[in-house]
Amino acid sequence: MSVDNNTVKKIARLARIHVDEDRREALAGELNAILSWIEQLETVDTDNVEPLASVTGHSLPIRDDMVSDGNRQEQVIANAPETTSGFFVVPKVVE
Amino acid sequence: MSDLLQLSAVEARAALASKKCTATELTQSYLDAAVQTEALNNYVQLTHDKALEMAAASDVRLQAGTAGPLEGIPLGVKDLFCTEGVETTACSAILKGFVPPYESTVTSKLWADGAVMLGKLNCDEFAMGSANETSVFGPAVNPWSDSNGPNLAAGGSSGGSASAIAAQSALLATGTDTGGSIRQPAAFCGVVGMKPTYGRCSRWGIVAFASSLDQAGPFARTVADSALMFSSMAGFDAKDSTSANSPLPDLASAMAAGVKGMKIGIPVEYQRDGMDAAITTLWEQGQEWLKDAGAEIVPISLPHTAYALPCYYIIAPAEASSNLARYDGVRYGQRVEEGGSLDDMYEASRAAGFGEEVQRRILIGTYALSAGYYDAYYLKAQKVRRLIRNDFDAAFADVDAILTPTTPSVAFPLGVKQDDPITMYLNDVFTVPANLAGIPGISVPAGLSSDGLPLGLQVLSGAFCEEKMYQVAQVIETQSGFSGAPQRAAGRANS
Repeated sequence: MSVDNNTVKKIARLARIHVDEDRREALAGELNAILSWIEQLETVDTDNVEPLASVTGHSLPIRDDMVSDGNRQEQVIANAPETTSGFFVVPKVVE
Repeated sequence: MSDLLQLSAVEARAALASKKCTATELTQSYLDAAVQTEALNNYVQLTHDKALEMAAASDVRLQAGTAGPLEGIPLGVKDLFCTEGVETTACSAILKGFVPPYESTVTSKLWADGAVMLGKLNCDEFAMGSANETSVFGPAVNPWSDSNGPNLAAGGSSGGSASAIAAQSALLATGTDTGGSIRQPAAFCGVVGMKPTYGRCSRWGIVAFASSLDQAGPFARTVADSALMFSSMAGFDAKDSTSANSPLPDLASAMAAGVKGMKIGIPVEYQRDGMDAAITTLWEQGQEWLKDAGAEIVPISLPHTAYALPCYYIIAPAEASSNLARYDGVRYGQRVEEGGSLDDMYEASRAAGFGEEVQRRILIGTYALSAGYYDAYYLKAQKVRRLIRNDFDAAFADVDAILTPTTPSVAFPLGVKQDDPITMYLNDVFTVPANLAGIPGISVPAGLSSDGLPLGLQVLSGAFCEEKMYQVAQVIETQSGFSGAPQRAAGRANS
């Protein structure tokens, strides 16, 4: 499982991070070094081992589906780059 | 009182209660100390006015006899905690200018108990790093650095927190620990740093890195101060679905009890080639101290230790790639528009806003989660994580606590170019397993290297058994007689 320039291009696109063409090769080298070090995990026998996703040991709590907060329009948009009439003004995000 | 900076939090509490000083005087001393030690770059923002307002309110409560457990204690906050009305950036360019309209649960609890906020502390960008070098504000400096030599790393990611405690520019500080980010800098700076059991402290309002591993914890100068602060931070929070509803054990009685009759495990796998000789010696010394205090030392095996780091470097980046997907430059944070499509805007904003290490980890995580590789990397890592957890479960069936070194080396100089990111990752070799297993760990300063740099010992205990960890930590602190007096602390001539 080796990462080449095309793979870097592909995962950079998936991650929505622009990577200049001339940086791809160096990045591929770094990622390969990390991944080949990680591949030592293949030597561990994990047959019949359940994956561990959470260490909490309790199941997710469920709350009543009720409004518990609100009327905070000003706070919600406080960090917006631009607002008008209490709305976010953003670049077109639905194409 | 002349030297307020020398008081521990427990002592300062007594001084405030007996009117030997006021919260305003104490806070002013710390604000002055922070300015005096500015070159250490451990604060990214000093909230001077807010600190004095909070201190004045504390003085009113102290007068009225309604003081909280941390009343008037000056405290620094890692810049990963959202603080209402105070810029919070996670030390990343992408969040520059972000002012949270809400307060994290942990800091809310600290303020409710009377603590006074001094400012925001430096850390690695999104807590990703082991030397505080990935911060957009530049690295925090270790106060143990010789003024005439190279600046040493304060460690990371909570480097600013550890540096400020050691430099006496904060009496207490918050940190977060995803793979060692509290314990490693604590060891480098000669202070006490503790990562609680996963679920003890609410993650609500803390900028997320790897949600199944992140845990907030206290920085302090003494073990007793650490326990005091932890008691204020911990507690169930309905706003964090992984928050544990489990009562806090009685830490004070445990710490008073000593370790007589306790069984302390020494994992054979933690004896590594290439470890500093001073660290091996100190580890052996620690075992002797505990034996002298009546504990039984037992060799144990944690067979999957060697796989903890590679396992972590799949799970943490995978979770990070998902958590950091929210920073798209649309509703808040940095946006770069160069014409072109919506995707071009996302890509340009994220390329400009994230530093090199953060980008590297997002890419690794994206790769590990991508179609065709999920089973080979992510699922495999989760299975190995189970085996690591099983190792600890088996060990704690037999022993009360585990003693290890905190780090394989002492603080290293800043700015040494590392071609290979894995070398930096190895800093966390002794701390990462506790995050994967969800168990608590504390680093206690216990000695100095031949170069006069602090060394830490780590105590681990079973999940939700922090009292046993503190019990052992207290004995190590007492027996070692460590007194933190770095050259560049506030109040020392050449700081």
